[in-house]
Amino acid sequence: MAVCVAVIAKENYPLYIRSVPTQNELKFHYTVHTSLDVVEEKVSAVGKALPDQRELYLGLLYPTEDYKVYGYVTNSKVKFVIVVDSSNTSLRDNEIRSMFRKLHSSFTDVMCNPFYNPGDTIQSKSFDSIVSAMMVQSS
Amino acid sequence: MESLTLSDVEQKYYSDLFVYCDVDNTKKVASNGKVLDLFRAAQLSNDVVLQITELCGATRLGHFGRSQFYIALKLIALAQSGLPLRVESLNSVKDLPLPRFVVGKNEQESRHTAMYPDTENQGPYSSVIPRPPGRVPAKKLSTHEVIQPCVSAVEPQPDTTSPVVSPHQSPPTSPHAWRKHKRQASGGAVDRPPAVAGAAWPPFREAQPGTHSGDGMWASHSPPPVQESWVSFTDTPPSSTLPAVHPSSAQESTTVRTVASAATTNEIQRQASGYEDPWKITDEQRQYYINQFKTIQPDLTGFIPGSAAKEFFTKSKLPILELSHIWELSDFDKDGALTLDEFCAAFHLVVARKNGYDLPEKLPESLMPKLIDLDDSAGVPESAPEVGFSSSPVEVTPNKSPSMPSLNQNWPELNQSNEQWETFSERSSSSQTLTQFDSNIAPADPDTAIVHPVPIRMTPSKIHMQEMELKRTASDHTHPTSPLMAKPPELSEEKKLAAIKFPGSTVGDGYSSSDSFTSDQEPISSAVTRQRSHSGTSPEGLKAVAPPPPPPRPHASHSRSSSLDMNRNFTAVAAGQQAGVVAFPPAVPPRPLPTQTSVPHGHRPVDGDGLPAHSSTSPQQMPEQPNFADFSQFQVFAVEQPVDDGDTQQDGGQVEKGVDAAGAVRATKNDTQAEERTPATVNSAKGSTPLAPPPKPVRRRLKSEDELRPDVEDHPQKSSVVPGVLATQASIPRSIGKDKKAIQASIRRNKETNTVLARLNSELQQQLKDLLEERISLEVQLEQLRPFSHL
Repeated sequence: MAVCVAVIAKENYPLYIRSVPTQNELKFHYTVHTSLDVVEEKVSAVGKALPDQRELYLGLLYPTEDYKVYGYVTNSKVKFVIVVDSSNTSLRDNEIRSMFRKLHSSFTDVMCNPFYNPGDTIQSKSFDSIVSAMMVQSS
Repeated sequence: MESLTLSDVEQKYYSDLFVYCDVDNTKKVASNGKVLDLFRAAQLSNDVVLQITELCGATRLGHFGRSQFYIALKLIALAQSGLPLRVESLNSVKDLPLPRFVVGKNEQESRHTAMYPDTENQGPYSSVIPRPPGRVPAKKLSTHEVIQPCVSAVEPQPDTTSPVVSPHQSPPTSPHAWRKHKRQASGGAVDRPPAVAGAAWPPFREAQPGTHSGDGMWASHSPPPVQESWVSFTDTPPSSTLPAVHPSSAQESTTVRTVASAATTNEIQRQASGYEDPWKITDEQRQYYINQFKTIQPDLTGFIPGSAAKEFFTKSKLPILELSHIWELSDFDKDGALTLDEFCAAFHLVVARKNGYDLPEKLPESLMPKLIDLDDSAGVPESAPEVGFSSSPVEVTPNKSPSMPSLNQNWPELNQSNEQWETFSERSSSSQTLTQFDSNIAPADPDTAIVHPVPIRMTPSKIHMQEMELKRTASDHTHPTSPLMAKPPELSEEKKLAAIKFPGSTVGDGYSSSDSFTSDQEPISSAVTRQRSHSGTSPEGLKAVAPPPPPPRPHASHSRSSSLDMNRNFTAVAAGQQAGVVAFPPAVPPRPLPTQTSVPHGHRPVDGDGLPAHSSTSPQQMPEQPNFADFSQFQVFAVEQPVDDGDTQQDGGQVEKGVDAAGAVRATKNDTQAEERTPATVNSAKGSTPLAPPPKPVRRRLKSEDELRPDVEDHPQKSSVVPGVLATQASIPRSIGKDKKAIQASIRRNKETNTVLARLNSELQQQLKDLLEERISLEVQLEQLRPFSHL
């Protein structure tokens, strides 16, 4: 039930960002951007430990009255951010995790595509469909 | 066909050419693109070429046979010499120079430039062939223009002769990997071919072996992908070495593929037939793809790394985005590498796209890699290393592994077989291979019945019970649970239960032991008790029941398979008695057995009841399980009526009697109640039950259920439940036969009691197990002590 899904590259620029169009997209873009700070903070906090120990799923980054932001970072510092509407029945942590897992796996599929240059925006249809599925189910 | 005499030189030359064109080795060059190219390379005008084709008879035949081919070549020579084309002149003209086939390189350049402006080509084409919308532009070689004249020339021809038809034969399979693939005028519209055909030609010219700059030019033809037109990759390989073909002919082949009008006919027809599956890859195409694959990866079972594939497909000049999409579609297992099947699918998609067909959202069925699968498992590991270098972002690769497992989850969604995924690389196997996975859940065979809890329907019918009873007594070993049967010998050895001898107990032993304790060496007591309970029921019940469709499953309360077995046995036991399912474990060897040395051997295992002990212990047990008494009455299987109906029990014939049944049931129940329940209770229960023998089947059912349940129960409390049930049931008896509703009610009640009893049963089973363990430990100690005793 994501309201917005974003994939941010290592250099902190978005590779892919998509929101439920009905809402003000700019607001979500801004939210995702600000959540990056929280991600960095979490990553650096845990980062002292070996990367292996660092968990990919960051959990709830911060909640606002309207929505909650969850983060997930890969080993290559690619970040996934999911914004979920609070009004929705709060999703269980596991569901969020599974969403991230799906995102991660489809992201790797995109990466595996030799025609994809890392750093390009993601234009894969399959990736789009997976994200849509995640967003549609919610709203 | 006109006779043709060729000089030696000519003969040789022509045969070389023929061989060159006869890629498929079919000895007939069907409207082969090669042939057409060849003819085109002769630098004759299209109409001349067509004329030649007609003359040589290819039109008639629809393809170029060897003779037609030779004639055509001869005619070409004639034409090139400026002589009029006459059939008669074939033989008459002497010293005819060999037909010359030229590959016009300069043409290429012109073609290149001309290629891009597609529109101009479209103009003329549109008139000829309805171009698919959204045709990828810039694919057409400028040769299209060249073709146009051909087209126009072609048009007048009967439609059947689709010039295009591109060569059915795959382009020279020579290592020209990038040979231009001829586009086949896919069938669809016959009128299309002409344009397409035209388009095909030029590209081929480019394939100048050795000279070509390898500019990947793709000629896209509009023909519907139905017939997958060939895409020509203009490509580098100067290395393209025409196999054993005259250098000149090599050129020809690559250049002109003029459509032999006649030749195309067949193709068109063939292509048309392919409509059913627009994405089907024809054999020629597949062959061509395979050849292309070979050029990249000689090992057909190997993989093409992503980077190599990227280069290859980039040559097609499709936009990267589309190529990316094609890759996503075709890389089935998402390993960043292409297997042969994947490669063919990708190639096919490229061809289609070049023809203007939109890419599908999902990989079409016919393009799905089929053979992935178990065979690939060997290949899968190989892919692993390849994956590493195939995926562009190296860092992704490591990520891929961890994420791979999760991919497995996705695969099923993708309709891909998961087989590949199994082997590490988490390659999802194609859907076809999914079937291979099917774990054949082997039907539980009787011998392994224990393992598979096969629910046995207990037919409540009295007749059934009778049968079971009879059978039980008769042939105990017919018990489906052979394991059980196997047990008997073991059981018999059990000392404890030695006392308990049941004539028919062998079966029961078998049952009991195997049933509840999955072939553990159950204490004899348990075995015995079980026997008793089973004896009557299991063999009979099972026999009667086993064959029929599996009865409702045993209650979930049975955690252990053994208990399930027990259930089964019980159900068997209660077969006649219950409409329900619960198969009470064969009377759990009542704890009392050890305690009650006097375990009633008396329990005549007549029925095979394993309840002999019950009878003896019944007095003791009776108080505990007063309710059982009720059930015992219903014991159909001549569970040895512990107490009262010992006689009745014994005779198997008495199965019919409700009392017997009751007794059997009760006995069974007692058995199940490993420890406490003693046959006594059963007996007492039986005795107490006022139920007369009138074995109303219904009643018996009810009672058996009730009885069985209580048997299982260890605790009086439960048994109290049972009695309650029994009581209710008992009250019913008479009415059953009369009133349907009553019957149904009783059935319901029986089911309730069944569940209760099942629960009890499971608990009893557990207790039994505990006791058995104790027993075993004690025995071990005994063993240890024995030597000392001898000293």
